[in-house]
Amino acid sequence: MKITLHVWRQKSAKDRGDFETHRLDDVSADSSFLEMLDQLNDGLVEQGREPVAFDHDCREGICGACGMVINGYAHGPRALTTACQLHMREFGDGDEIWIEPWRAKAFPVIKDLAVDRSAFDRIIGAGGYVSVNTGSAPDANEIAIPKKIADQAMDAATCIGCGACVAACPNASAMLFTSAKVSHLGMLPQGQVERFDRVRNMVAQHDAEGFGGCTNHGECEAACPKGISLEWIARMNRDFLKAMVAERDTVSAR
Amino acid sequence: MELRSNAPEGPIETAWERHRFDMKLVNPANKRKFTVLVVGTGLAGGSAAATLAELGYNVKAFCFQDSPRRAHSIAAQGGINAAKNYQGDGDSIYRLFYDTVKGGDFRSRERNVYRLAQLSVEIIDQAAAQGVPFAREYGGLLANRSFGGAQVSRTFYARGQTGQQLLLGCYQALSRQIDAGNVEMHARTEMLELIVDNGRARGIVTRDLLTGKIDTHFGDAVILATGGYGNAYFLSTNAMGSNATAAWRAHRKGALFANPCYTQIHPTCIPVHGTHQSKLTLMSESLRNDGRVWVPKKKEDCGKDPRKIPESDRDYYLERKYPAFGNLVPRDIASRSAKEVCDEGRGVGPEVDGRRLGVYLDFADAIERLGEDAVRDRYGNLFEMYERITDENPYKTPMRIYPAVHYTMGGLWVDYNLQSTIPGLFVLGEANFSDHGANRLGASALMQGLADGYFVIPYTLGNYLGHHGREILANTVDASSASTKAAVGDVEARIEKLLGIGGKKSPDHFHRRLGQIMWDKCGMARNKAGLEEALVEIPKLREEFYSNLAVPGSGDDFNQTLVKATRVADFLEIGELMVRDALNREESAGGHFREEHQTPEGEARRDDENFTYVAAWEFNGVGVEPTLHKEQLEFEYVKLTQRSYK
Ligand SMILES: Cc1cc2nc3c(=O)[nH]c(=O)nc-3n(C[C@H](O)[C@H](O)[C@H](O)COP(=O)(O)OP(=O)(O)OC[C@H]3O[C@@H](n4cnc5c(N)ncnc54)[C@H](O)[C@@H]3O)c2cc1C
Ligand code: SF4
Ligand code: FES
Repeated sequence: MKITLHVWRQKSAKDRGDFETHRLDDVSADSSFLEMLDQLNDGLVEQGREPVAFDHDCREGICGACGMVINGYAHGPRALTTACQLHMREFGDGDEIWIEPWRAKAFPVIKDLAVDRSAFDRIIGAGGYVSVNTGSAPDANEIAIPKKIADQAMDAATCIGCGACVAACPNASAMLFTSAKVSHLGMLPQGQVERFDRVRNMVAQHDAEGFGGCTNHGECEAACPKGISLEWIARMNRDFLKAMVAERDTVSAR
Repeated sequence: MELRSNAPEGPIETAWERHRFDMKLVNPANKRKFTVLVVGTGLAGGSAAATLAELGYNVKAFCFQDSPRRAHSIAAQGGINAAKNYQGDGDSIYRLFYDTVKGGDFRSRERNVYRLAQLSVEIIDQAAAQGVPFAREYGGLLANRSFGGAQVSRTFYARGQTGQQLLLGCYQALSRQIDAGNVEMHARTEMLELIVDNGRARGIVTRDLLTGKIDTHFGDAVILATGGYGNAYFLSTNAMGSNATAAWRAHRKGALFANPCYTQIHPTCIPVHGTHQSKLTLMSESLRNDGRVWVPKKKEDCGKDPRKIPESDRDYYLERKYPAFGNLVPRDIASRSAKEVCDEGRGVGPEVDGRRLGVYLDFADAIERLGEDAVRDRYGNLFEMYERITDENPYKTPMRIYPAVHYTMGGLWVDYNLQSTIPGLFVLGEANFSDHGANRLGASALMQGLADGYFVIPYTLGNYLGHHGREILANTVDASSASTKAAVGDVEARIEKLLGIGGKKSPDHFHRRLGQIMWDKCGMARNKAGLEEALVEIPKLREEFYSNLAVPGSGDDFNQTLVKATRVADFLEIGELMVRDALNREESAGGHFREEHQTPEGEARRDDENFTYVAAWEFNGVGVEPTLHKEQLEFEYVKLTQRSYK
């Protein structure tokens, strides 16, 4: 198939950036979206021009490295699909395709389509773990967990940290990402001890990174390639309130 | 050079425990004086970095992705083995040990494997405590499945995303240490050279992938956990960035490289669709628990709609050839059998380059037996992934699969303490050669990476520093040391060279061609003539690379073409070593099948008399024949037999 691409080119965070237009004449419908970009890039390199920078690694929809806005949609038009798992058969012969990076204050552009998502790592660092040192664990079957709870925790744990939720949100909020981790651990018995500190610290870090607040647009859920549900945000908000109340109580009890 | 395994003698059951007792300890106050560099933060490196930091060492960790959470380990689907015997189906540490040695076609070190089986149990405890949401039964206890040729159910899993969940557990532990200031994390940073000073590994030279800055980092020991070299084949199930550079650079600095020809070709991957293919996608092996593998009996049927081919015209070749194990035979056997039927012209699926390379993996019986919902419950996400890639619905029409390069059993040689032949350089996870012999069993790589990182290196590193710490601390290595200057100079020269060639072809172009040579001549089946051809073709390709490579842009910003070029340059060297090793090994063992060495029925034939050794190669220069060193393998517990899965 033949396609016309309008790709965002930006040399660095300081550069203004603009779209650049390219035509590709022989794209296979079975190619993935990123293989199509490889094809474009190979051509550019062979002409001595700099290829389009973009992050990617697993190309299986699991590492969360890839991410770009395709025709206005984070990860492109197909629901529950990362950019690397999108295939060219989703597009028609002669289509024009617009490709942009994630746009959010907390995700500065590095180059072209690659952005800096290290804010996510810092949110996890603020409390997205269970404090258990290696070697101190009891037998794994000592704590039984109802299958339903384990399954729900797993639903939340499938978040790949791609950042599409932020890119899709009008407020550039990362509440879907944060709530997924808070809920994954908060659902499980192992995560109870630190449950309220965790939510308080992670939300504080989220805000400190410059992500916006959640005003229930729901765009994040629609864009999320892993089907992370808005309900996790509601759950996190309840935990957060409890955490604040608990903190006030301990302070006043002192 | 004499290769000593340093494995403790005496009864195997207590070997690790005795060794732990015999090893030196570093007292808590002294740990703070030591800095450890951990290159790679996948399961092996991430678990090591977190644990060493918990113990009180200063840790500096490195990965080339933008976050440790994205290491290739994240892609592991099927599960992790552990000898918990929670199912009471006859499993034990001894059985896991035995299965692993046998599955590896008797080419691994018994004592390492025994320790691995022992530690497997603790890994599950640790992961569960971290909140890894393993699959559970209705009673709330952990669920297991049987996996990849095992006759017991010992595989723990988290849907089809076990690697993801284990890595997140490990990444979270690491993040906690980063936040606490105990680990200095350098993401988007690639190690390009090892610094060896006074005979010890003391530092690394890195390149910041965003700014291009060449930097040095120093420590009292260096740990490499940089994954496997399967991408030497270009097309593989490995992540696009997986590369051999760190291990290869250590090899060039004196670390012996063991068994490079042992590569695992995974039987259940989605077939190649065309020439722009960039990587191959694995369909978890767990699918073979319920799917039945077949091809048409007659070539004429190969283009037909599979649903219209009557039962009597189908050849369920694995069930036919291996009635005891059927569709669950080990990976190497399943892969080779698929190649055989396709070579006979009975492959299925669309033609690519005039050939049909695919076999069916059919769920019709399973759906009839269990119902579509139960099948969806077990494999839903895999089926979805398959449909997304191929546009075919596997609930309705059989999946098509074909083998693809998946894992490398070879790697840097290490002793029982996971130390390479360079003192102070330790190697963990897929990057070392250790525990899988000539073939790795399913769900055993995650186990090995985590055993190495959580439970072995914390002890053996302490032992090294306990013995040599004083001497190391007394010998300062810094930017002004001659060894550092030479290493930095080498890196700068390499980068400059790659940027200055000014040719016409992209790094991918050369990588693809190398991959084709490797796949054709050093792939699922190898022979002398083909390997000798490859030994001519690879150096030629290398020459062309250095005369016609195009790398636009500069060395001081985010230049992905340059990064790719540095990696391909090293693949062009390691590929040659893989071929040499394959040529040397005049037997068939596990993933290494030499056509000259097979039984009349076409099964692999080992040569225990002459090849029960680890082939560890010493680098003598590019294009120069390396020196072979042998570590003889002793088998005291497992009886060497011809593997039979009939
Ligand atoms: C698709 C797929 C499915 C799999 N499924 C299973 C399974 O179900 N069960 C199982 O047991 N095994 C499975 N495996 C195998 C297993 O996932 C890997 O062998 C294992 O995860 C490797 O872990 P590792 O920590 O050794 O390396 P990796 O996870 O590959 O990590 C390598 C690390 O090194 C870093 N690195 C590499 N080079 C450099 C450098 N030069 N400088 C700085 N950093 C560097 C990377 O950034 C990364 O952090 C699967 C493999 C694949 C491909
Ligand atoms: S919540 Fe969804 S969109 Fe957001 S980071 Fe996680 S997987 Fe990506
Ligand atoms: S490249 Fe890993 S999710 Fe897309």
